[in-house]
Amino acid sequence: MTAVRLRKNLTTLSFLAPALIGIAVFFLYPLISAVYFSFTKFDLLSVPEWVGLDNYRKMADDPFLLQSIRNTLWMVVVFVPVRIIGAIGLAMLLTTLRRGAGFFRTVFYLPALVPPVAATIAFVYLLKPGIGPVNHFLSKIGIDGPLWFNSPAWAKPSLVLLGLWAIGDLMVIFLAGVLGVPESLYEAASLDGANAWHRFWSITLPSIRPVILFAAVTGVIYTLQYFDQAAVAGSIASGQATTGAGISQSFGYPEGSTFTYPLWLYTVGFRYNALGYANALAIALFLAAFLVTLILMRRAKAFNAEEEL
Amino acid sequence: MTAAVLDVSAEPIIHPGSIRRKRQNRLAWIARHSIAIVLVIMFLTPVIYLVLLSLMTSNQALTSDYWPNTWHPENYVKVFQNTPLPRYLLNTVIYAVTSTVLTLASSVPAAYALAKLKFRGRNVLFLVVICVMMLPPQVVTVPLYLMWARYHLTGSLAPLIIPALFGDAFCIFLLRQFLLTIPSEYLDAARVDGCGEWRTLLRVVLPMAKPGIAAAGLFQFFYCWNDYYGPLLYTSENEKAWTLTLGLASFRTVHHVDWNLVTAATVLAMAPLIIIFFFAQRAFVQGITLTGFKG
Repeated sequence: MTAVRLRKNLTTLSFLAPALIGIAVFFLYPLISAVYFSFTKFDLLSVPEWVGLDNYRKMADDPFLLQSIRNTLWMVVVFVPVRIIGAIGLAMLLTTLRRGAGFFRTVFYLPALVPPVAATIAFVYLLKPGIGPVNHFLSKIGIDGPLWFNSPAWAKPSLVLLGLWAIGDLMVIFLAGVLGVPESLYEAASLDGANAWHRFWSITLPSIRPVILFAAVTGVIYTLQYFDQAAVAGSIASGQATTGAGISQSFGYPEGSTFTYPLWLYTVGFRYNALGYANALAIALFLAAFLVTLILMRRAKAFNAEEEL
Repeated sequence: MTAAVLDVSAEPIIHPGSIRRKRQNRLAWIARHSIAIVLVIMFLTPVIYLVLLSLMTSNQALTSDYWPNTWHPENYVKVFQNTPLPRYLLNTVIYAVTSTVLTLASSVPAAYALAKLKFRGRNVLFLVVICVMMLPPQVVTVPLYLMWARYHLTGSLAPLIIPALFGDAFCIFLLRQFLLTIPSEYLDAARVDGCGEWRTLLRVVLPMAKPGIAAAGLFQFFYCWNDYYGPLLYTSENEKAWTLTLGLASFRTVHHVDWNLVTAATVLAMAPLIIIFFFAQRAFVQGITLTGFKG
C-alpha cells in the first residue's frame, strides 16, 4: 500500500471511528452477548450457567408469552393498516383543500409532537368511563360509551385511537408521496374520462406504492417495540400505585389486554430477573424485526446503498 | 433520492389537476372543508381539554366538567414548588441537550464518509447502519444494562448520554440522505484548492448541510425529550435521575390524585416541543420527508 493510500484510508477511518466504536459496543457486543446469554440461565447475582436450548423450549409453553404475541400480532394487523389508511386519507384530503391547507396541515401534524407518555395520560383522561368528556358527549347523543382503557375488549382499540391521533409524521410522508405524482399522469387519465375515485385507485395509489411499503415495514418494526403507551395506559387506567420500575405491576391492565411482547420481555428480565430467558425472548424479537427489515432492504429504493444522484 | 421540501407555512397546495376541478360543485367543497374542520376539532380537543383541566381546582378536576369554574393558573407555580418537577425538567434538558450536541458531532463525519467518500466496505457499513436503526431497543437491553451496571452507572443519566459520543444510526442515516443531495462538484473544487477531507467537511459541507443538520438535531432532541424506555431502564432506581416522562408516568401515585397538577405537568412536558416546532417547522417537515422517499 502506498503512503498516499494509507493516508487516505486513515482519514476515512478518522471520520468513521466514533460510529464504528458505537456499532461495536452498542450493537455487535450486546447482540452477540444476547445470543450467548439466551443459552444460559442466570440472574443479577448469579453467573450465567449453560442450559442449551432450555430457554427456547420454555417459550413453547409460556402462557404469558402466547398472550403477549397475540396482543402484538393484533396490533400489527390492526394498528399498522389503520394508521396507513388514515394517513393516506388525511394526505388526500389536504391536497384537495385549497383554502387554509397550511393551517389544516399544521393542526393534523401537531399531535405527533406530543410526548407519547403525555399523550397517553391525556387519552386515559379523555376516555375515562364516568367522568371523561368523550363518554359524557356520547351519552348526550344517546350512546352508552364503552369502558375504553378499562375494558379488555376496548383497551387495544383505545391505543389505536391514540396512534391515529399522533399520525402526523406518517401523514407528511404520504403527502410528499402524493404531491410527487407527475401531473401528466392525471391529465392523461382525465382525457380518458376518469373520475376522482378512478384517478385515486389507478394513478395515486400505484404511484405511492413504495411509500406504502416503507410505511408498512417501519410500522411493523415500531409495533414490535410498542412499549411506552401500553405501559403507561395500563398504569394510569388501573389506578394502582406504581412508580418508576414498579410500573411493571400494572402491565397489561385490564386482564392482560395491553400486554405486548416488549412488556413481557421487560417483565421477565427486570422484574423476575430471569435474564437468560429474557435474552431468548430478545433474540426471537430480533429475528422477527430482521425478517421485516430484509423485505424493506430488498424492495425499497431509499435504502439502496448503490444509489447515485 | 430527491428531498421534497414542503413549506408548511406557505400558501395552499396547488394540486395537479386543480384547474380541471375549477367547476367542482360547491357541495363537494363544503363537504371537504366540513370534514377538515371536524377533524381539526378532534385533533385539538385532547390538548385543549388537558389545558382546561390543568387550570381547575383539584376538586373540580375530579368531576366531568370541561370548563373551569374558577381559573387557577397558579397550578403551574404549585407544580414547580410542591413536586420534584424542576428536577425532572432539569434532567430531561440535560439529557436532551447533551445527547443532541454529542450525537451530531459524532454522526456528521460518519454520514459524510458514507455519502461522499469512497472506501472499501462502504455499502456493507451502510447496511449495518440500517440494521442498527431498525433494531428494536429491547433486543440489546439486557446485555447493555449489565454492562452499565458493571461500571456502576445505572441510576444516573450516563447510560443515556454516553452512547451519543459514538453516533446514532438514525441520525447518520438521515444526514447521509441529506448529504447525498449536495453536488460533489463543490467538494471536488475544495479538494482542488488543497483542502483536506476534514477541512472540506468543516468549511464547505457543513454550511451547505445546515438544514439537514437542523432536522437531525431536532429529531434527536425530540427523541430524548420523549424517551421513556431508556430512563425507565437506567434511572428508575434513583428518583434524583428521573426525567419528565418517567416522572409523569409516576406522578399520580407520588402526588395522590391532584389531577389538575398532573395535567399541568403534562402540559409543561409538551409545551416546549410545540414551541420549538413553530420556530423550526420547515427543517422539521423536510427531515420527515427525508426519512421517507418519493415514489
